[in-house]
Amino acid sequence: MNHTDSNRWRTIDIVVAAVIAVAFGVVFWAWGLVWKAADPAFAAAPATQAIMYGVWLVPAVLGGLVIRKPGAALFCETVAAVVSALLGSQWGGVVIVQGLVQGLGAELAFAAFRYRSYRLPVAVLAGALTGLSAALFDFFVWNSEYALVDYRLPYAALTVVSSALIAGVGGYYLTRALANTGALDRFPVARDRATV
Amino acid sequence: MIDIEPIAAPGAPLARRNPVAKVAAALVFSFVLLATLDPVAPALAIAVELAVLPLFGVRYRLLARRAWPLLASAVGVLVTLVLFAADRSGRVLLDAGPVLVTSGVLVTALGLVLRLLAVALPGIIVFATTDATDLADALVQNAKAPARFAIGALAAFRLVPLLGQEWQMISMARRARGVDAGRNPVAKLRLFVSTAFALLVGAIRRGTRLAVAMDARGFDAGVPRSVARRQRFGAADWALIAGAAVLAGAALTVSVLLGTFRPLIG
Amino acid sequence: MGSVQLRGFGWRHAGRKRWAVRDLDLRIERGERVLLLGPSGAGKSTLLAALAGLLPEDSGEQEGTVEIDGLDPRKARERVGIVFQDPESQLVMARCGDDVAFGLENRGVPAEEIWPRVDEALHRVGFPYRRDRPTAALSGGEQQRLALAGALALRPELLLLDEPTANLDLAGATQVRRAVADALDADTTVILVEHRVAEALPLVDRVVVVEAGGGVRADGTPEAVFAAHGDALAAEGVWVPGHPVPPRRAAGPAGDLLLTADRLGLPPRLAPTDLRVRAGEALAVLGPNGAGKSTLALLLGGLLRPGTGGVTASAELAGRDARTPPHRWRAPALARRIGSVFQDPEHQFVTGTVRDELALGPRRTGTPEPAVLATVDALLERLGLAALAGANPYTLSGGEARRLSVATALATAPRLLICDEPTFGQDRRTWRELVDLLAGLRDAGHGIVAVTHDADFVAALADRTVTLERRP
Ligand SMILES: Nc1ncnc2c1ncn2[C@@H]1O[C@H](COP(=O)(O)OP(=O)(O)OP(=O)(O)O)[C@@H](O)[C@H]1O
Ligand SMILES: Nc1ncnc2c1ncn2[C@@H]1O[C@H](COP(=O)(O)OP(=O)(O)OP(=O)(O)O)[C@@H](O)[C@H]1O
Ligand SMILES: [Mg+2]
Ligand SMILES: [Mg+2]
Repeated sequence: MNHTDSNRWRTIDIVVAAVIAVAFGVVFWAWGLVWKAADPAFAAAPATQAIMYGVWLVPAVLGGLVIRKPGAALFCETVAAVVSALLGSQWGGVVIVQGLVQGLGAELAFAAFRYRSYRLPVAVLAGALTGLSAALFDFFVWNSEYALVDYRLPYAALTVVSSALIAGVGGYYLTRALANTGALDRFPVARDRATV
Repeated sequence: MIDIEPIAAPGAPLARRNPVAKVAAALVFSFVLLATLDPVAPALAIAVELAVLPLFGVRYRLLARRAWPLLASAVGVLVTLVLFAADRSGRVLLDAGPVLVTSGVLVTALGLVLRLLAVALPGIIVFATTDATDLADALVQNAKAPARFAIGALAAFRLVPLLGQEWQMISMARRARGVDAGRNPVAKLRLFVSTAFALLVGAIRRGTRLAVAMDARGFDAGVPRSVARRQRFGAADWALIAGAAVLAGAALTVSVLLGTFRPLIG
Repeated sequence: MGSVQLRGFGWRHAGRKRWAVRDLDLRIERGERVLLLGPSGAGKSTLLAALAGLLPEDSGEQEGTVEIDGLDPRKARERVGIVFQDPESQLVMARCGDDVAFGLENRGVPAEEIWPRVDEALHRVGFPYRRDRPTAALSGGEQQRLALAGALALRPELLLLDEPTANLDLAGATQVRRAVADALDADTTVILVEHRVAEALPLVDRVVVVEAGGGVRADGTPEAVFAAHGDALAAEGVWVPGHPVPPRRAAGPAGDLLLTADRLGLPPRLAPTDLRVRAGEALAVLGPNGAGKSTLALLLGGLLRPGTGGVTASAELAGRDARTPPHRWRAPALARRIGSVFQDPEHQFVTGTVRDELALGPRRTGTPEPAVLATVDALLERLGLAALAGANPYTLSGGEARRLSVATALATAPRLLICDEPTFGQDRRTWRELVDLLAGLRDAGHGIVAVTHDADFVAALADRTVTLERRP
């Protein structure tokens, strides 16, 4: 991981991070509809719907893995939240704070490795931590009226698992796939591609 | 489809306020209300929100359209609560095996649903009246947000409608090349995922090009930026935030006085 | 001020074995107007990017030196303005005035000076709208003029223009060229890249031809260069004025009816249009920017559902599917019968390498593998893409990407081929290859519909034209 020469963000870092966030802001907009449509499928055990939660947190991990600069995870997740608010998210302005809190989780994971390691375990940790911060937010702010053992705890646990899998593992392989298309050629992920 | 223009009369007295003030007011209002679980305070808050709507130049029909998914979620809250309420005190209204509905459950459910609405509406109202450029300007000028990040995000935001068109183009390109899913749902899902991936790749490429174009025009040249569009943050903007705090606080106070207040923590 | 000095300059993009430009020695003085010519892929766009300081060190390898007024271009960015070929990705802000102001803000121009300078720049390029017009609501020509205003507002000493009129209709291109001519101060240095020499000549006083392998092929006043090297340059692919291309008229009369459009439209993008396409003929669709040509192409190609009227395919084209309209056909059947080339090549790329891109269509339509490989290799060779077979389609030069996208459609040899601007950004030689390939397809009894702004193309190939009007 030799690309730690500078922690200063280039223009391309800022814009591409924002573009990832914007694209996911659009995805969130669609995912909100999917989430609603899937409600009946989870009617028997609503807490299990949290297995879909990880999608909300992909930009945090993806942003961190692609940009590899301090603040990338936080920036991506927050901008994605602002974008979904601007596009008319049903949750109003609270999503912004929620986005900040969620981004913080992934940011902590990358910071714990001093922004040097971006391997799969780190990505999973970032996914899990961002899931944890999201779960804590929901645990206290949205779900406090529900039964602790039957709902709040499984919901929180599933949120973390889902985030580790979808945002963590998913984010890692998504980054790989993006690098293979050549779209990330100006980022550290894209080193050692064959020449033609 | 996806519309990024603000959709309210821009001249309305509150819509004209500084975007940062509007967002701050909405957040203050929402977070004060998050503190309670009773039905009274959110009900009052919703009344306030509906009353100030004309001052923001937002039509009721528009609000209904943006808020309807919220109503749908309210139903979900109700169902979940009937099954998983922590507190099942009060008179038993219905007892059918695992489903035990008491008056306490209903009050809690009502409280939660109203709270959901009361907390979300301010943000919906404010963002419906806020232009992204103005928000970025105000964030930089009035909230000390770093200019490079705010402007970069703004430039990316401009791509939203283009991404919608791009989705359509990608789908057509695949079809033209002989790639389609037919009626097979698994193939459909795969095509959806591959289209979404292509969209993301295209968006990143666009972002890369955009960054080059921005650099070409001196973005991040190291000189301090000047501002072409001044955003002012005046007494009226402070008043808006204070007003939001006072009104939300008043709703809580009424609830406390009526003895219905139930704090979130404790 | 505004002078350029290249000494043995070369640049190789990361991931490429070949140098995009090499061995360039060139001096351009302040106030000179230079037309930069060279075959497609010779590295013209790369050179402009280098001059604008837009080749980051980590994206390739440099040889020799390049200096603007004695400075590294990355440090002289405030002296240089650049307008790219693709207008869409160079607009930054949501409103036109804000977009022009963007560069001034970046330079820290005091607030009270910004708007007068914005207005002046918009006026100089003849921009017809108010400052608060959304940039998304502009046509291609208008976007291009706005981008020019954005560059001019910064009062650059060196102005770089990369095919600024590609894809514009005649009126739009004239407008942009006039805007360039009117907007320049006497001491602004200009470097213009443009394949169509005749249109660009009134703007320049010097011509520099770069060679594909590297080095400068010819340099001097237009008269001198074309007098000394005219024939040779034309043979190598430069559009030398006074060297017409031989037309490729149809060998025989048109054959069976393939496709009928009846009151075909898609409000508000395209007004109802009637059209017939026959086998063995090339039909050119003309019209100003925004008339709905591309929409029409997508409708004819069975990719969009018609809003009004309909498309009927004859049994000759559709076989058993003759009773269903093309937009309801399954994709493999559609790809075998009707091929489409999109206006923006990048919209069309599906795979990760040039070779796979060409092979995809034939494979999807069930061609045996040896035949696929033979077709792919032949096309790579003819269109000058053989050396790029392993490259990612998105890293190609403008002209290369266009050729690849046309070639992907040619690879399946569909009975009916619909292309949107098939010849933009081509040098004279690749242009002739494309025209030959299309003419060959037509003479083998296939139908061709080409949306185009290219008058030479119409003159050389079209058997018939249809002109769409822009609705008021
Ligand atoms: N980002 C990139 N990565 C890798 N190779 C590139 C990249 N951009 C251009 N190239 C290659 O460099 C060579 C020169 O490209 P360039 O765009 O400068 O050509 P050009 O002279 O402008 O051609 P055209 O007239 O077709 O636009 C081409 O072979 C192209 O494939
Ligand atoms: N996806 C879309 N959604 C909405 N409007 C569109 C879309 N694509 C194009 N338009 C609009 O429809 C009109 C016709 O567009 P079209 O691209 O067909 O024009 P054109 O004749 O091909 O122009 P050009 O010569 O610039 O390529 C334009 O006003 C354009 O802005
Ligand atoms: Mg070029
Ligand atoms: Mg078109």
